[in-house]
Amino acid sequence: MADFETPELFKHIHIPKPVPGAMESVGPFIAKPDHQTALGFPAELVDNWEQKAVDAMGEAVKKYRGLAVFLDSCVKCGACTDKCHYYLGSSDPKNMPVARQDLFRSVYRKYHTPAGKFLSKLGLEWLIGAKTMDKSVLDDWYNYYHQCSECRRCSVYCPYGIDTAEITMAARDVMAQIGQGMKYSNEIIAKVYKIGNNLGLPEPALADTLEGLEEDIEDETGVKVELPLDRKGCDILLITPSADFFAEPHVDGLMGYAKVFHEAGVSWTISSKASEAANFGLFIGNYDNMRKISLRIREAAIDLGVKRIVYGECGHAWRVGYSFLNTLAGPFDFLDQNYPIPQHICEFTHDLIKKDKLKFDPSENDWMTLTFHDSCNVARGSRMGDKAGGQFTIPRDIIKTVCNNFVDMAPETIGEGTYCCGGGGGLLTDDLMAVRVKGAMPRMTALTNVVKEDGVTHMAAICAICKSQFSKVLPYYNLGMDMIVSVHQLVSNAIILTGQESEKGEPETAESKPE
Amino acid sequence: MSTFFALLFWFATVVIVLGLAFKIRQYWVTPAPLKIPTTPAPTTQAGVVYRMAKEVIVFESLFKSNKWIWVFGWMFHVSLALVLARHIRYFQEQPWFWVNIIQPFGKYAAFTMVIGLLGLLARRFVVARVRYISAPSDYLMLIMLIFIGISGLVMQLVVRPDIIAIKEFFLSWMGLSIVDISFNTPLIIHLSLVALLMIIFPFSKLLHAPGVFFSPTRNQIDNPREKRHISDWAAKLETNNKG
Repeated sequence: MADFETPELFKHIHIPKPVPGAMESVGPFIAKPDHQTALGFPAELVDNWEQKAVDAMGEAVKKYRGLAVFLDSCVKCGACTDKCHYYLGSSDPKNMPVARQDLFRSVYRKYHTPAGKFLSKLGLEWLIGAKTMDKSVLDDWYNYYHQCSECRRCSVYCPYGIDTAEITMAARDVMAQIGQGMKYSNEIIAKVYKIGNNLGLPEPALADTLEGLEEDIEDETGVKVELPLDRKGCDILLITPSADFFAEPHVDGLMGYAKVFHEAGVSWTISSKASEAANFGLFIGNYDNMRKISLRIREAAIDLGVKRIVYGECGHAWRVGYSFLNTLAGPFDFLDQNYPIPQHICEFTHDLIKKDKLKFDPSENDWMTLTFHDSCNVARGSRMGDKAGGQFTIPRDIIKTVCNNFVDMAPETIGEGTYCCGGGGGLLTDDLMAVRVKGAMPRMTALTNVVKEDGVTHMAAICAICKSQFSKVLPYYNLGMDMIVSVHQLVSNAIILTGQESEKGEPETAESKPE
Repeated sequence: MSTFFALLFWFATVVIVLGLAFKIRQYWVTPAPLKIPTTPAPTTQAGVVYRMAKEVIVFESLFKSNKWIWVFGWMFHVSLALVLARHIRYFQEQPWFWVNIIQPFGKYAAFTMVIGLLGLLARRFVVARVRYISAPSDYLMLIMLIFIGISGLVMQLVVRPDIIAIKEFFLSWMGLSIVDISFNTPLIIHLSLVALLMIIFPFSKLLHAPGVFFSPTRNQIDNPREKRHISDWAAKLETNNKG
């Protein structure tokens, strides 16, 4: 799949006719033995893997009610067939959610249901679409379960709420258990265990980076804003994706968080032990690894004696943080119960805005016209604030407070129906570039429309994967790679720090809000 | 013939009741270890009941998704509910008053049921995406339901069987005894397919009926920060040391 065509953009998102085999491939690189064993999986494909895979499927169905219900309940109505961004961008029918599920369901039906066992004896399993576990099935699994970003868009539209992400996770876990894990995700998890973050950034390098950022902020504003590392007894432990420490535009977001904490007058710290919000245990669908990665955060919070945990801008990390952290690493009875555990940086900033504790000059962002990309895991797998849907209103409220020009993309492409960036779920790797570019087609269509019609110049996001993915794929669609910005980068641009040297003099625009 | 159908329906009844009981028990006892409601999701139990009611009664998600499938699917299911309710009279000496009230509606529902089913079947043939995902059983299931509907309609409009006799047959069947009656061809088709439907119900995709109520993306409350959610097998992992 080295050569591939970037999908053509139409005015409306185009639903293609199925082209079987369009995305047939060997899939992403397979995990090396070291990265398999570091996660507790066999080094390579085990003997008798067919039977072991079938057994592992049976175990998974016993452990997860969702999986059991989803495998039994699909009626093949077809409602999901045009909902996956990878199908829309690639035309490969195995990227239709139901067809992706069926790769797993057909094997499950044969070995784990009375109907499948009975019909197999008569040689009639084809009647119900049941299949034997063999190499061609494994190849399809490995390829197509790595063309799913676990974004859950299909689950919104399924009349039974069937979530393909759950089936993708189960399939990936089965494959890892029989010795065929994925290189990108497993290598990263191994790095988290060894060094503490996805990027393998060791403590001294991290300290150096944070110091550099402090200098940058002081040069820019004349105010000394700290970015502390491993400081004990602070109020807040910040858990943020490691891309925030150096990648663009992520790092501008990190400076934004630092400025907000500074103005709020709270003490905070980053932990070198848990210097990573990302939890790729989610992507590989493995509870044990997801739990082990989550426990680092608990340990860091205890070691540093903090009272609160705040998450930086990261989509899947926020899903794990919001929805699972209490389950995986709780109870957090040692933290201050007056605040949500954990809290999102957007919730934190939004609270301060509501209490009028922050001063902004939104004209600093006047050279941009913004739109906002709802990240899939935040949109459909988490919440912000105390009301359902706060994950949509809170980031937008922040943007509208710090920017004067904001336009939303087409309603069916945002909110709960948001299209994934195309790089989520552990697909953010160069060996899956074709999948990533094609999967970005729906979002690129919606974005191109607001660029043309409303003069949008930049798109903000609150997810490290979205930001990295867009930086990479925007140019394929003739859009600038620097169009993607962090929400807290916008906050950082507009915030007026107490004592800040400003060429504009008085912060006269501090209270002015757009519209 | 009477003996055959009596035995067949006793068998089918045992299969569907035990089969569904087994599946519902499986769904009930299998833990949902993580909070995975598709958000935005209700934050209270009452909210979840409301969400589920909308899902089951008006097929809310399907409505969002695809208007054609919704029209045909909803038409079929509502009609089926009416038709089933209409059939209660065969199993009660003195039917409930509302069963009498809906009799005329149930009559027309048979038409809309078949129209809905034909629409769904047509989609399987016409829409390439849906054709791709359809197994033989998906077509057969619809065809079976269509034949059940049509044979019922034929009895209603063309060759009326002895309804009083059929009622007698089923009333005594419920008391585990067999009354000898005569069966015409449409009745034989109708009853055979209904029995077949009952038998395959717990082994097929028809499990979506109980399944939807157990779907964690729809039935979970969105409150993971407020209340710790932990399954038994996950709790056991915690016997390992933790900070």
